[in-house]
Amino acid sequence: MKFTCLSKDLSGLMAFSPIPTSLDALLFEESNNNEKRHKIEDLLDAKSLIFAEPWYKTVNNLHLWNASLIDVILISSPMGIMGLPFLTRRKGLSAKIYVTEASARLGQLMMEDLVSMHAEFRQFYGPEESNFPPWLRQEELEILPSVLKDILLGKDGVESGGWTPMYSAADVKDCILKIDTVNYAQEVCYNGTLVIKAFSCGVEIGSCNWILDGPKGDIAYLSSSCFFSAHTMTFDYRSLQGTSSLIYSDFSSLSDAQDIEDGDNNSDPTSDTLLPLSFQDMDESSLNSDENLEEKEKLVFICSCAIECVKDGGSVLIPINRLGTILQLLEEMTTSLEASAMEVPIYIISSVAEELLALLNIIPEWLCKQRQERLFAGEPLFAHVKLQKEKKIHVVPNIHSHQLLMNWQEPCIVFCPHWSLRIGPVVHLLRRWCGDPKSLLILEDIVNPELALLPFKPVAMKVLQCLFPSGIGLQKVQPLLKTLQPKTVMFPEDLRLKTSFSCEKSFSVSYYTEAEPLKVSCQKDSSELKIAADLASQFYWKTFKKEGINVTRLKGNLLMENGRHHLLLDNNKKTSESNSSLVRCGLADYNKLLPALSEMGINASIEIVKDDVESQNVCLVHTKEPYKALIEIGNTSTVITTADANVASILYKAIDNILDGV
Amino acid sequence: MAIETLVLGAGQEVGKSCVVVNINGKRIMFDCGMHMGYTDHRRFPDFSLISPSGNFNDALSCIIITHFHLDHVGALVYFTEVCGYRGPVYMTYPTKALSPLMLEDFRKMVDRRGEEEQFTSEHIAECMKKVIAVDLKQTVQVDEDLQIRAYYAGHVIGAAMFYVKVGDAEMVYTGDYNMTPDRHLGAAQIDRLRLDLLITESTYATTIRDSKYAREREFLKAVHKCVSGGGKVLIPTFALGRAQELCILLDDYWERMNLKVPIYFSSGLTIQANMYYKMLISWTSQKIKDTYSTHSAFDFKNVHKFDKSIIDAPGPCVLFATPGMIRGGLSLEVFKHWAPSEKNLVTLPGYCVVGTVGHKLTSGKPTKIDTDPDTQIDVRCQIHQLAFSPHTDSKGIMDLVKFLSPKHVMLVHGEKPKMASLKERIHSELGIPCYTPANNETVSIPSTHYVNAEASDTFIRNCLNPNFTFQKCNSVDTCNSTLIDRNLTPELQVEDERVVDGVLVMENNKKAKIVQRDELLLMLDEKKHEV
Repeated sequence: MKFTCLSKDLSGLMAFSPIPTSLDALLFEESNNNEKRHKIEDLLDAKSLIFAEPWYKTVNNLHLWNASLIDVILISSPMGIMGLPFLTRRKGLSAKIYVTEASARLGQLMMEDLVSMHAEFRQFYGPEESNFPPWLRQEELEILPSVLKDILLGKDGVESGGWTPMYSAADVKDCILKIDTVNYAQEVCYNGTLVIKAFSCGVEIGSCNWILDGPKGDIAYLSSSCFFSAHTMTFDYRSLQGTSSLIYSDFSSLSDAQDIEDGDNNSDPTSDTLLPLSFQDMDESSLNSDENLEEKEKLVFICSCAIECVKDGGSVLIPINRLGTILQLLEEMTTSLEASAMEVPIYIISSVAEELLALLNIIPEWLCKQRQERLFAGEPLFAHVKLQKEKKIHVVPNIHSHQLLMNWQEPCIVFCPHWSLRIGPVVHLLRRWCGDPKSLLILEDIVNPELALLPFKPVAMKVLQCLFPSGIGLQKVQPLLKTLQPKTVMFPEDLRLKTSFSCEKSFSVSYYTEAEPLKVSCQKDSSELKIAADLASQFYWKTFKKEGINVTRLKGNLLMENGRHHLLLDNNKKTSESNSSLVRCGLADYNKLLPALSEMGINASIEIVKDDVESQNVCLVHTKEPYKALIEIGNTSTVITTADANVASILYKAIDNILDGV
Repeated sequence: MAIETLVLGAGQEVGKSCVVVNINGKRIMFDCGMHMGYTDHRRFPDFSLISPSGNFNDALSCIIITHFHLDHVGALVYFTEVCGYRGPVYMTYPTKALSPLMLEDFRKMVDRRGEEEQFTSEHIAECMKKVIAVDLKQTVQVDEDLQIRAYYAGHVIGAAMFYVKVGDAEMVYTGDYNMTPDRHLGAAQIDRLRLDLLITESTYATTIRDSKYAREREFLKAVHKCVSGGGKVLIPTFALGRAQELCILLDDYWERMNLKVPIYFSSGLTIQANMYYKMLISWTSQKIKDTYSTHSAFDFKNVHKFDKSIIDAPGPCVLFATPGMIRGGLSLEVFKHWAPSEKNLVTLPGYCVVGTVGHKLTSGKPTKIDTDPDTQIDVRCQIHQLAFSPHTDSKGIMDLVKFLSPKHVMLVHGEKPKMASLKERIHSELGIPCYTPANNETVSIPSTHYVNAEASDTFIRNCLNPNFTFQKCNSVDTCNSTLIDRNLTPELQVEDERVVDGVLVMENNKKAKIVQRDELLLMLDEKKHEV
């Protein structure tokens, strides 16, 4: 089995300029006409961004892959599906694509939104002139500032092959038609041999970890997982217990470690590594409530900042990043507003917002316990249903929709895509408010805010950055693995230095890197096989004196079902005719052969000859009455020589009887 | 190995569904219903047969409830709160959401009638806390050996058929199901499984139904005719299920025909139920699911809340009143007011139990009905009976049995003579042994058992080699047959029979291992002896 991770993200968008406004248009003209652009190291300004219809970055050299050789594609989150149309629009792809139902539906909306936002670029720049964009040419890349060059080419400068033009709405539709959706803990069987199951991982609605179970052992794939969630079903780590191999694929701690700003909330990580506890030993509720409390505090803080801001007459702009955070922020924001008796309109501007909010209220099966309790109590799953009815939040498809223009009021609070600050309604609103020192921009989890805000410089508006935990967290890796008890763990090379496993660990660890195959031997050298009881009852056992081994011949129909081999009774007469022994072993003892032959009425005499070549004894048996034949008995073979085929078969049976045959 | 089935309810009858199955040492109770026809001890299943000592926690591994109808869930609260069962209870999300409504409604009715109360509101709440909600197709590991899985059953929202596997023994209990989609629900759906036992409902064991479309049109025509003549339409239904289905139908018709006549829902329960339906849209039919974002099918445009003060208000209207079958409550009260006018219409959807006003109306054409010893009502209104049923017909049952091809079939939830005739059909047409036990009877059937062994790689690889056999058809035969036939039987037939030939080795104190013949010699440390 070969695993390839198809992770991709949209941070590459940052290298591009947002759609130029009429003011910027001059700039754009300039940048296009200026033939003598020079490389000005470390002097990054809005002009250095690429003024072209953006392309998107996928797995490096995706175009070089033979799509028809992929058997199965597993998508672990709604975000994770966004690159899928790049693959499904290629010819020859016949892979089975498994996605959780919720991921597929949310992912579809996100893709549709992206396509519609991207359309703005297409309108502006017109159709592309060539298949190869000018900004990817070597000479153009040379003069780019290093930050942008890193984005375009990757840190190693080899990733230019990962760029691909945007997919169309038709590609998205086609992609959705090609996927198979699953529920959490639903068993799907690929080709009879591999049973695949998804389990909730607690990060986003529909996001999951996987278990692959085949006849040769099972593998758990652990993606970003979160122990606490106020919206989606929590991390179901119990179901991942006891798999033989585990692929650790939570990369969130990569950025985590850089952001341990305040050490007070985390105990010394080294003390944890010395004492790896399993979760059974820990008080689970306290483990979760810590994170819960922390998250809640952050939300309250953000909302208090926002309310301060609107009190001052400024507006608040919240680019939509992770859905879970946005939903909680929306609920927290409206309660805070109510508490402070403020009447400030909240707008949600997105082409899919209406459908998205409607969808969220009909998927109780995918949500956390507290939300499910609301279903059982007959209340809406999220507060936005009520808020929409009360007209406290306004949901509009785009910035120039009639409904928005009629209701527009400032100051206000706006939720809109896209977090890259390059496409979508956020660009227009940012341009409107970036010069206003009273307004506030709330950025969630952005690696390079400097670059993100570059096109809008100078930025006078306040910027609040926040980070919500979205992964397992380094301190919890050890206790988690101790609980899951895998035999082998595959870890990302990038995390090698950040995790040190204590020597008492019960599993072996190997490290994988991008684009390099890692060979891991499978745990079992044999497969399980189930024999039907009716077949087993027909076995004819033979005991070998030596070693106390019982042996029987096996015959039946082999069936592969749900990743297990079954052997069923074969009722077909045709195939069960031949009855001769498969294999014989032992020595043909001539002392036994003579009485056996004489019982059949055959007289025979023995002659022992020394074989010169192999220096061993060969026994020749001559039979005269009633048939004439010569039987040559060696240590490993017996040869019957006779003129009559019938005689041969009679003698054959006699010898067969004295040998240990199966 | 055997599967033992103890039928505690719905054996050769409809009501108080409850079957306890002992499968490889695990005991599972399917449904825990009450009988609506009795008020004495016969109302509940005889739980003492499960455990004479009353220790149900050790006697049962889990309880599975298929849907929220009282004849399937009605005794659950009694069993967990009064009898003291503390183990896990499984049901689907909608069943968990809607069962308390049904149970509470029942409790209130018992209260009103002044009967002895079997459980309280607090009991219902406590019981529901013990319930574990499951999603469709999710494989739930109840314990190490016991797996259960729910499949969509149609019938009512959240209804499920349950698959159970313990070791190598597998079975399905259907609960009630519908093999044809209706206005708001899809048809039952299940995977092809290898079952030892299928326990299926058989309400309509001998009925074959025609298209639903004609019956729907007939219903709409009758309602339309009545309201355009200024009459009032009374539709006595239960709050959940049929009310939503008919309301979707009417609301849609009102839109198309641009009718302005008000449609009322009598009880808060129905309106409350609509809240649930809106969140549970993914459990409804595909058509409703597709339109959730633009318009939720349970946001009825023409439906209003009914107030008792407008019973005698002039002008036409349509009223959905609870309870069904005109068993009492508002539907009976309204009936008393509306029945004497020939302009009005009473539409009775579905089956009416003997003894109810609804049953009297559907059997014969009475002109006078005694609702109680002192009251007699003149019945001059029109009566329309709707032959809608959310149960599968006999063709559906046969289709399901044929599709699943289990080793044994057991019929429950049906009438004895009809069950006998279906049993005969299953036996003769499908060649599957079939049982129809009565209440408190136990049936034992053998179950599949596999012997586990390890198979070596060489053996498996050898088995995977294709083993083609080619057969030439006699061309003389095909010459005489028609063209179509010739297309069906190709001249060359290829068979790929993978029949395995190997050796099974049992060594003392070791697991049985299957090897290919060459490997055997290595194991035995012997040399091959060719002849």
